Amino acid sequence: MPEQLVFAMEVILNGLMAGVLYALVALGFVLIYKASGIFNYAQGVMALFAAMTLVGIMKGQVPFAHLINAIFGTHIHYFGWNVPALVAIILTMAVMVLLAWAVQRFVMRHLVGQEPIILFMATIGLAYFLEGVADLMWGSEIKTLDVGLPQGINLWIDETTFNIFDYGFFIDNLDIVATVIAALLVAALVAFSQYTKQGRAMRAVADDHQAALSVGISLNFIWIMVWSVAGFVALVAGIMWGTKSGVQFSLSLIALKALPVLMLGGFTSIPGAIVGGLIIGVGEKLFEFALGPALGGATENWFAYVLALIFLVFRPQGLFGEKIIERV
Amino acid sequence: MFYREAGDFKTSYIDDSQTFPIKFDRYRYYVVLAVAFGIIPFIINDYWANALLLPFLIYAIAAIGLNILVGYCGQVSLGTGGFMAVGAYACYKLMTAFPDVSMFIHVILAGGITAFVGVLFGLPSLRIKGFYLAVATLAAQFFLVWLFNRVPWFYNYSASGQINAPERDVFGIIITGPNAPAWATYLFCLIFLTVCAIIARNLTRGTTGRTWMAIRDMDIAAEIIGVNPLKAKLTAFAVSSFFVGISGALFFAVYLGAVEVGEVFGIQKSFLVLFMVIIGGLGSIFGSFAGAAFLVLLPVVLKLLGVDLLGWPTDIVAHLNLVIVGALIIMFLILEPHGLAQLWRVAKEKLRLWPFPH
Repeated sequence: MPEQLVFAMEVILNGLMAGVLYALVALGFVLIYKASGIFNYAQGVMALFAAMTLVGIMKGQVPFAHLINAIFGTHIHYFGWNVPALVAIILTMAVMVLLAWAVQRFVMRHLVGQEPIILFMATIGLAYFLEGVADLMWGSEIKTLDVGLPQGINLWIDETTFNIFDYGFFIDNLDIVATVIAALLVAALVAFSQYTKQGRAMRAVADDHQAALSVGISLNFIWIMVWSVAGFVALVAGIMWGTKSGVQFSLSLIALKALPVLMLGGFTSIPGAIVGGLIIGVGEKLFEFALGPALGGATENWFAYVLALIFLVFRPQGLFGEKIIERV
Repeated sequence: MFYREAGDFKTSYIDDSQTFPIKFDRYRYYVVLAVAFGIIPFIINDYWANALLLPFLIYAIAAIGLNILVGYCGQVSLGTGGFMAVGAYACYKLMTAFPDVSMFIHVILAGGITAFVGVLFGLPSLRIKGFYLAVATLAAQFFLVWLFNRVPWFYNYSASGQINAPERDVFGIIITGPNAPAWATYLFCLIFLTVCAIIARNLTRGTTGRTWMAIRDMDIAAEIIGVNPLKAKLTAFAVSSFFVGISGALFFAVYLGAVEVGEVFGIQKSFLVLFMVIIGGLGSIFGSFAGAAFLVLLPVVLKLLGVDLLGWPTDIVAHLNLVIVGALIIMFLILEPHGLAQLWRVAKEKLRLWPFPH
């Protein structure tokens, strides 16, 4: 087999893995969008916030330590205990639920019925707010996150491919774990929205607020639930990306990675998010592999957007999105 | 008592349709112009120019540009940073290629080039709408920044990848480079801001502006009553990008002097200008000024209070700044979607009746 083709195969495999991670973030967007019509720009910052909170709790950091020290002149930084990963994850989830309640109570409740673009801009404000709060709470230095997920090259794949192609593929164990978890998460979410009472209520709200309200579904509860689920997805994405590249500001930029995925797949479709993620993941890695050196490299920064843009011109609702019908 | 139409009789159509029909408004406008042109240049120093006045003037131009697109035409754009970069790099290429030509012409040409690029990236707006379009403009943001970072022709093959503004003058007065006096840079930017504001104000109350607003309020309905959406949307993109390009050129050549594109014209800049427009007021020229002034002042005031007065570390103050800006955006969207400009309008309504409200 020609060497280039083998390299390309490795690139495609890595692209698929990256695509799964993009899809994971995109899922959080789709969930909130479907249930409340809000395009939540803050999803990426929520992932950052979740990952920072998780690290902070695991290491026993005192929240707002820097601020307290600056105001009162004290020198407290750590409680002096370490929390096991599983307990910390549960505690972080509790924080995310609290956050969901606060967002619903103080922001979204006041913006019901506004135009989508106003809601979008409100979530940009929310993203700034959360980023500032996260930095104030836990400090802005780069942190490492280790909840015991396997990392490093997968030797089995390396050996097997070496036997077949005379060239070992480099696949990170973490990416494989992420793929499995993402698949489980999607299955769980689909099952939740199809078969449970709350899931059905959520879909009803998505269909028509007023009608859902009139059959006795509590909008408040559903929205808090939706934001909590999005917080949960953000937590999972935060753990994955945080383990991969450290918990730092750039984590919040994954939201920007997920946007073209959504445009490609359609904002309203869970399978769309996954297929879109895979297309973008493979597309940008292949493009970089084939044309990156000729163009000066780092084409990943814009390729996804330009692809989505060109695609949208021909199909404005995305691959799986609902058809946009406009009336005067 | 002072702010009222009573007794101010208009005897010609020109009087009736002037920009500031109320006498008090008109005099206030003349006073502001007189102070800005006649007094500030004589008392300005480097600190005031670099910390407050230059950023305010330049951001105000950018905010007017974005306000035309978002506030008047309803097409949300997140690519402002990228378009500012186009203006900056166009200005740089022109400055280095034609050293003898006046800076005025360079800056205006840079705006023209940006307008052309803006129209190119505005073309998808004919097919896609709302936040699909907002996300699509991010393509412009990322692609343009990447382009200026990676193609050496744009930064004249300099080793650092930065662009540095060479010393250029207008009528013998140095405008760019480290030796430019504060008053000259200030006046140069002020002239551009004044002209841009007058153009924008008159465009938005004429036919062009009305077609933009018709498209914003309901594009299909506008189409039915005979507004050409192609023309309206693309002119909005062109005019908006023209202003944004001018502000980018000034930001690079006059204010910073040296630019690393990813750092200066990144996505954060797009959001900053968008925030100015939201806080100032969507669809208001005065709002663009107010928003720019507010967001330029806020970090400076916070730094004065937090770092210099209370002695807090700078990073905490920077984070607090983020929290406050985010909270303000949400508060304005909830409480006063028309921003500071609306507060100003309400104040003027109250003034009309003062001191005898019904």
